[in-house]
Amino acid sequence: MTEPVEPNSFRAGPDKEGYFGIFGGRYVAETLMPLILDLEQAYNESKEDPEFKAELENLGKHYTGRPSPLYFAEGLTKHLGGAKIYFKRDELNHTGSHKINNCLGQILLARKMGKTRIIAETGAGQHGVATATVAAKFGYPCVVYMGKTDIERQSPNVFRMKLLGAEIVPVTAGAGTLKDAMNEALRDWVTNVEDTYYIIGTAAGPHPYPELVRDFQSVIGQEVREQIMEAEGRLPDMLVAAVGGGSNAIGLFHPFLDDRQVQIVGVEAGGLGLDGEEHCASLSAGKPGVLHGNRTFLLQNDDGQILEGHSISAGLDYPGIGPEHSWLKDTGRVDYVPIMDDEALEAFQLLCKVEGIIPALEPSHALAEVIKRAPKMDKDQIIVMNLCGRGDKDVFTVGKALGFDL
Amino acid sequence: MTQSRIDTRFAELKEEGRPALVTFVMAGDPDYDTSLDILKSLPSAGADVMEIGMPFSDPMADGPAIQLAGQRALKAGQDMHKTLQMVREFRSGDKDTPIVLMGYYNPIYIYGNEQFLADAREAGVDGLIIVDLPPEADEELCVPAIKLGLNFIRLATPTTDDDRLPQVLHNTSGFVYYVSITGITGAAAPNTTKVAAAVNRIKRSTELPVAVGFGVKSVEQAQVIGEVADGVVVGSALVSEIAANLDGNGETACRAVTNLVSELAVGLRSTKLKKSA
Repeated sequence: MTEPVEPNSFRAGPDKEGYFGIFGGRYVAETLMPLILDLEQAYNESKEDPEFKAELENLGKHYTGRPSPLYFAEGLTKHLGGAKIYFKRDELNHTGSHKINNCLGQILLARKMGKTRIIAETGAGQHGVATATVAAKFGYPCVVYMGKTDIERQSPNVFRMKLLGAEIVPVTAGAGTLKDAMNEALRDWVTNVEDTYYIIGTAAGPHPYPELVRDFQSVIGQEVREQIMEAEGRLPDMLVAAVGGGSNAIGLFHPFLDDRQVQIVGVEAGGLGLDGEEHCASLSAGKPGVLHGNRTFLLQNDDGQILEGHSISAGLDYPGIGPEHSWLKDTGRVDYVPIMDDEALEAFQLLCKVEGIIPALEPSHALAEVIKRAPKMDKDQIIVMNLCGRGDKDVFTVGKALGFDL
Repeated sequence: MTQSRIDTRFAELKEEGRPALVTFVMAGDPDYDTSLDILKSLPSAGADVMEIGMPFSDPMADGPAIQLAGQRALKAGQDMHKTLQMVREFRSGDKDTPIVLMGYYNPIYIYGNEQFLADAREAGVDGLIIVDLPPEADEELCVPAIKLGLNFIRLATPTTDDDRLPQVLHNTSGFVYYVSITGITGAAAPNTTKVAAAVNRIKRSTELPVAVGFGVKSVEQAQVIGEVADGVVVGSALVSEIAANLDGNGETACRAVTNLVSELAVGLRSTKLKKSA
């Protein structure tokens, strides 16, 4: 690959074919292509439509509870003895994570397009819960595809989705995790293309999904800009977020991409280490390929077969990554680093003790990176970390990892 | 472009006035040797055109039968080099039967597009069907393939409307593959009335033969579709025969597949193509 030329703006993508550099695009079966083009048109109309924006903002405020607080983590800051640490508290959102931001936006698109049935894939179950929630609120039948392995390790979220009226379809193909759930959701979509809207949960998939998911999640970064100006009178020195598919991270990062003084760090799931195959660090250890409708960094073998990967966090357990992150890595604008399962577990426990916040395992990866970096920084420097999900769903997983019998 | 084996074969069948039997099996399913034996036995059993699947870990457009076929092949150690080698070995004994490689883009992209096209051409491949490369991505593989003299066969689907059809047909050669249902391979049986209307619609826009696939399982279905289309594709039903005969040695699976192909071929040879409206 040739060295990419640094763009004038990091916020201009994607181009009209859906590419960020060489990444992104629309690699889907012909059956889906007309629908993807319809979706693009519906989204382009909606983003210019003041009524659409007003409705989404209103839902964000009164249903989700936006803006989420930007919280100065004084206890953790003191404990680490370096940079000031702020958390963007999207874990306080209705449904317990940032996923609801995107689901509300997409359900409005589904309604606009006249679709009558909602499907989704889910890994940790956070996106499944958020999708089941908006489907319930707007009165749509909802089918959620979830890997069998994930169903076992995220049982509280499975029950939540059922309470919300969704049908959960266990996926046994492959290792029964997020990638397999996404394959099965795509198979449903191609079969029920007339009436079904597929709410993709992360900033990946065929264009325009990476763009529209990013835009719906960018409310995170936009609020942070205002809130940090109010709190500190300046932009932060560093942003940190966990990256699975990358929706919470791109939501935080995107409004800051052209502020070159802001260092940006994405944290991948290093699993049991990058030496073997027991990790999900597609940017750190993968290479570009084509899967699920887009070209992006993927964990794969020499024959182009996709690997399953591993992470203690079901939400990061995906062998790909949103295409915009691949481009941001290639251009060098964002640093991507891996955090191992055991580091995330330690960070999880530390936050419970010093801040009284039980984080999800996904942002616990981001937190572990903050724990490494903050002590090396000056006390007047500022880190903002996206605390994108709460940890209630993970207490069983963590308990098991720590040897407790719950 | 010079006439390809695919063009020649469809022209011959048009003379005979009967539809082509297009078979699909997965390369390396259940293992390399059995799979090669199956390929070698297909033409004499009655396959007119052979599609060979390139196994992929994440076959998003395929139903359970072909998913499992791909998994069996990968588990047995199949990869792109072996798939091309299999074509090479087949071609050394059969110079006439057209071979179409079918699959997903990533294994080709990782092999290297240029290298893949050159090696496929050299091995004796005649055409490609890449499920997840729509016309919007033609510059990546389709146009270079055509330049090398390979046919690039496009899927048209029930959702391909009149506005989009010209774009789908542009750069398509060999034949057009009409996907008879909105769905995955091996799923519900197609509604033959709708299929007939769709095939006629496509034929009004192109001189190319139109083959119909997805969901064709029985001789009866094949015959009904064969009355309106230039070719009938049978895939899931064939790989299911392999799945049902894994206990025996390779010969059992091979015989089961060729028996079904023979039945389909006999059925289709008695089917006369109705002149399109």
